[in-house]
Amino acid sequence: MSIENKTIRISLNVNGKHVEENVEPRLLLTHFLRENLSLTGTHIGCDTSNCGACTVLLDGKSVKSCTMFAVQADGSSIVTVEGMESDGKMSRIQEAFREKHGLQCGFCTPGMIMEAAFLLKEKPNPSEDEIRWGISGNLCRCTGYSNIVASVKYASQTLRGDSE
Amino acid sequence: MYPGTFDYHRPQTLKEAVELLESSRGNARILAGGMSLIPMLKSRIVSIPALVDIGKIDELKKVETGKDHLIIGSMVTDHDIEESRTVGEMFPLITEVSRWIGDPQVRNRGTMGGSLCHADPSGDWGACFLALRGKALVTGPKGTRKIDSDSFFSGPFSTSMNESEILTGIEFNQIDGMNGHAYEKIERKAGDFATVGVAVQISIDEKGKCTYAGIGLTSVSSSPIRAAEAEKEILGKPVTMKSIESSARIASEHCDPSDDPLRGSAEFKRYLVGICTKRALIRAVKEAGGVI
Ligand SMILES: Cc1cc2nc3c(=O)[nH]c(=O)nc-3n(C[C@H](O)[C@H](O)[C@H](O)COP(=O)(O)OP(=O)(O)OC[C@H]3O[C@@H](n4cnc5c(N)ncnc54)[C@H](O)[C@@H]3O)c2cc1C
Ligand code: FES
Ligand code: FES
Repeated sequence: MSIENKTIRISLNVNGKHVEENVEPRLLLTHFLRENLSLTGTHIGCDTSNCGACTVLLDGKSVKSCTMFAVQADGSSIVTVEGMESDGKMSRIQEAFREKHGLQCGFCTPGMIMEAAFLLKEKPNPSEDEIRWGISGNLCRCTGYSNIVASVKYASQTLRGDSE
Repeated sequence: MYPGTFDYHRPQTLKEAVELLESSRGNARILAGGMSLIPMLKSRIVSIPALVDIGKIDELKKVETGKDHLIIGSMVTDHDIEESRTVGEMFPLITEVSRWIGDPQVRNRGTMGGSLCHADPSGDWGACFLALRGKALVTGPKGTRKIDSDSFFSGPFSTSMNESEILTGIEFNQIDGMNGHAYEKIERKAGDFATVGVAVQISIDEKGKCTYAGIGLTSVSSSPIRAAEAEKEILGKPVTMKSIESSARIASEHCDPSDDPLRGSAEFKRYLVGICTKRALIRAVKEAGGVI
C-alpha cells in the first residue's frame, strides 16, 4: 500500500467498536482518539514521549499514543480509559484507584489505569517493586506514587479474587 | 505537536520495502517502532519526505535459532525480546539489557533493530551487540550482507549501512565454555538513557582461564564502543581480582566521554566506567563459575 501526502483510509477497533476514517499519515494516534473520535479520556501531558498520560492499549500492549501515528494502528484493536467500564460499572482497576485514593488532580490517571491494565495482565500478582518498575513510564505530579502503587496492588487482589 | 507532512508506504514484504527505498533515492526512511524517529519528526529535528513502515512485515518479527546461533528479527520488540525464553536461555545478557531500555511503553514498540540503526551514542543495545560480537544482517537492492558489530557504527547516529539497505535481523553466535554476563547501567532516573552503561560477556574454561571477553560501553564516546584493550587484559589467563581491576582501569582510560549538563562531567563518567566495568566483570566471572 502506498499513499502520497494525502489521506489514507484506516479501519480499527476502538473500545469494541469498529471505526473507519480517512486520516493524514502524520496524524498522531492520540489526536485521532481525542479529536476524530472525541475520546478525550486519553490525555496529552508532555507530548514528548515521557509522561505516559496518553497511554492506551494497542492489541493488549500499552503504548504512548502521542508517539504513534494513527495509520500504524490500522487493523488493530485499541482500548482507551473509556473502554474500561462496562454498562456504567467501573472496572476493578478504576475501583481500586477510588478505594485507595490513587489520584489527586487526576490528570495522569487514565494513563496509569491503562498501564496498570497491561501490567496486571502480564503479572497478575506483582510485588511492590514490579509495580513501581511497571509504572516507570507514567509520571504523576501530585500523589508521590504511594497511593497509586497501593491502588494497583489492591486491584491485583480484587482481580485475582474474581478469577478464583 | 505535529510533524511535517510525509508520504506513507506500508509494504507487506521485505522485497517491496527494499524497492521502495531504492526508488525513493534517499528520500525515504524506514519507520520501525518509531520510538526514536517519531519524537524527532514531532519536534521537527528531522523532516523526511517519505516513510516506509515495516511494522506489517511478518518475516522481520521472528526469533530464529540454529545449532549455535540466534537471530533476532529487526521488528521484534524489546518487550518480546525480554519475554523470550529462547533468548534468555541462549543469551541472558540480551534479556538483562532489554529490561533497561526506557519504560514498558517504549519497550512495547521499540526494537533492537531500530535502536542499532538509530546508532544513538547512548543506546543500550549497542553495548550489548558489541560485547556479544553480533552481526547485522542487512538486505539491499544488491542482495544481503552481514556487518560485524566492530564495523557497524560509523559515528554519532550513523552506521555503515547505506540508505537503501534494511536491517533484517541481528545474529548472535553461541560462545563456548562456561559463560557469564552482566549489564551495569547508571541512570539519572528510571527509564532514562544511560549516564554510563557497560555490557560484559565472558567465558572461562575448566581451568578458570578466560577464553572470551566482550566489553561494550555506551554513552562514553561518539557511538557505542568495544573496550578492546580492557578485554585483552583478562583474556587468555585465569581471571583474578587484580586483572579485573586493571581491565576496569583501562576501560575508563580508553573511553572518550564528554561533559553534559544533564548527566555529568567527562571525568565523572570516566570514573563510573571504571566502577561499572569492575562490577560487571565480577558478576560475570562469578556466574561463569570462576573463583576470584
Ligand atoms: C521515553 C523514551 C525512553 C527511551 N529510553 C531508552 C533507553 O533507556 N535506552 C535506549 O537504548 N533507548 C531508549 N530509547 C530509544 C528506544 O530504544 C528506541 O526504540 C530505539 O532507539 C529505536 O527503535 P525503533 O524500533 O523505535 O526505531 P525507529 O524510531 O522507528 O527508527 C529509528 C531509526 O532507525 C532506522 N531504522 C529502524 N529500523 C530499521 C531497519 N530495520 N533497517 C534500517 N533502518 C531502520 C529508522 O529509519 C530511524 O532512522 C527511549 C525512547 C523513548 C521514547
Ligand atoms: S503525552 Fe504521550 S508520553 Fe506524555
Ligand atoms: S494525580 Fe495529578 S498528576 Fe497524578
